[in-house]
Amino acid sequence: MSFSEQIKNYQWDDVGLSIYSKNANDVHRALSKVRLDLEDFKALISPAAEPFLEQMAQKSQQLTQQRFGKTMQFYIPLYLSNMCSNICTYCGFSMHNAIRRTTLDMEQVEQECLAIKKMGFAHILLVTGESERKVGVEYFKQVLPIIKKYFAHISIEVQPLDQHEYEVLIDYGVDAVLVYQETYNPVTYAQHHLKGKKSDFNYRLDTHDRLGKAGIHKMGLGCLIGLEEWRSDCFYVAAHLNYLEKKYWQSHYTISFPRLRPCEGGMEIKSVMEDKQLVQLICAFRLFNPEVELSLSTRESEHFRDHVLPLGITSVSAGSSTQPGGYAETSLKALEQFEISDERSPAEMANMIKAKGYEAVWKGWDHSLTGK
Amino acid sequence: MLFNKMPSNDPLVIADKTFTSRLFTGTGKFNDQQTMVAALQVSQSELVTMALKRVDLQRKDDDILAPLIKQGMNLLPNTSGARNAREAIFAAQLAREALQTNWVKLEIHPDPKYLLPDPIETLKAAEALANDGFVVLPYVHADPVLCKHLEAAGCAAVMPLGAPIGSNKGLKTIDFLEIIIEQANIPVIVDAGIGSPSHAALAMEMGAAAVLVNTAMAVAGDPVAMSEAFAKAVQAGRQAYLAGLAGQVNHAVASSPLTAFLQVG
Repeated sequence: MSFSEQIKNYQWDDVGLSIYSKNANDVHRALSKVRLDLEDFKALISPAAEPFLEQMAQKSQQLTQQRFGKTMQFYIPLYLSNMCSNICTYCGFSMHNAIRRTTLDMEQVEQECLAIKKMGFAHILLVTGESERKVGVEYFKQVLPIIKKYFAHISIEVQPLDQHEYEVLIDYGVDAVLVYQETYNPVTYAQHHLKGKKSDFNYRLDTHDRLGKAGIHKMGLGCLIGLEEWRSDCFYVAAHLNYLEKKYWQSHYTISFPRLRPCEGGMEIKSVMEDKQLVQLICAFRLFNPEVELSLSTRESEHFRDHVLPLGITSVSAGSSTQPGGYAETSLKALEQFEISDERSPAEMANMIKAKGYEAVWKGWDHSLTGK
Repeated sequence: MLFNKMPSNDPLVIADKTFTSRLFTGTGKFNDQQTMVAALQVSQSELVTMALKRVDLQRKDDDILAPLIKQGMNLLPNTSGARNAREAIFAAQLAREALQTNWVKLEIHPDPKYLLPDPIETLKAAEALANDGFVVLPYVHADPVLCKHLEAAGCAAVMPLGAPIGSNKGLKTIDFLEIIIEQANIPVIVDAGIGSPSHAALAMEMGAAAVLVNTAMAVAGDPVAMSEAFAKAVQAGRQAYLAGLAGQVNHAVASSPLTAFLQVG
């Protein structure tokens, strides 16, 4: 069985009703339990939990420090290409946007690696648009040997692939794969993914099953907050995580919280998530799962990140550029995927982390551990 | 998802069988056949394990077997006495032929003193028996990683121990049992060490699918009354689990508010 089968146990409308029917007693119970289930998670993301935010934050911080210590893993995204064959209503890379398209060649990749390495990073996240032809497995087979020379941990955020393709990429040194479902509501999904391979909801939904079978070391999941009612969508993320952890129990997991931001082709956001609601969500995930990695990107503002990082986050990006070639050649004007809100340098970020009593972890993995 | 967890609608399904009672029992250590039969009857148990080595497969009027068959009880032959995978597989095949059931409780304990299960041989035997079409219920240490390997090997359930078998010491392995239950996609049956109804209730409250109790019933002052007490405890524990336990209260100390920035930001 895969998650596209499992998801049939959860009817979208029932999930929403169930979340909104949670009351203070349900929140009390969730806060007092050691092991939380999905019903507790619903309570913690419900409106009924809003008055308990400070308690949630304190418990979340304590659980996070107990598990991860006072450390913060640093990573940086490397945008390799903005070529894309999908039309997605919310994305700057969407095929119908008239932007300058580019895919880094091997020389440019090397230059980017050198520029990033100078900043101190050992963990890198490779990002591309979803173009099977331009940035498919063959492209990665060329760039990964270059990137592996410079970095101890390689994550990718690219189009969903087949199991055998993931097996190839793992052989080439990929440690982690991040694939976001965007929304778990199939109707809304269809409204936003108008054309291209990405319009196949179930193929994307079963990506993590294929990753699990391929034996990936870490996988990331999440939804694009704002496309749908965020509480219901985030419940599905938690249910998905629960399912995956039980089935592919040797993998690590990471959750991200991308909130929709203005970008090229701007659209109206259906469910606007306020700052305090994102704090609530982060803490709810931590209480629900004390072991999972929680990641926060530079989509969020400097002020927000400074305060939220100690509440449950364990992995952050810093110094990010979302345009291909943006590190080596700062004058490059290919259009970015979304606007960066926190534009501090990695060194500035590390100083901020240090001032808060945390250690910035630049290297937290080694390829020798996976024998690749 | 709206849950309907009424106990009346809460069957336990393992492989091809559905159970109403979540109390599994054994046949050892009773002082006579009548007591055993009476005790098992009031326990309402629907699955009973017996050691292959103790039953005479040739005799239809075997002391242990005959009354159980008459009661219509589901039989779970166990491989107790086997010291390695080879012996256990042989015993399981013998039991399948003689008792016409492909269910087997896989027990391999090379150590005759504490009867502790051998994880390496158990995993080997479980893989072979599952591939051979057996419904395998392995008796193991409360080892979460081993239990995941057994699940992947095709076992129908896992039976981690609460304490050394026959010790009546209760759930000494509770922290590991909790992890096993949390991670499992197959039923977790707490086996061995359950010495009193309160132990059984605790296992059920934690979310165990069932418990297996033998010694604590068989050697009680009144085995029949004790069996009834266990039946009630298992029901109460299950009902409590389904009802959703209230947690313990922790008093948070809000010395320096972490969320104040949301007001000023």
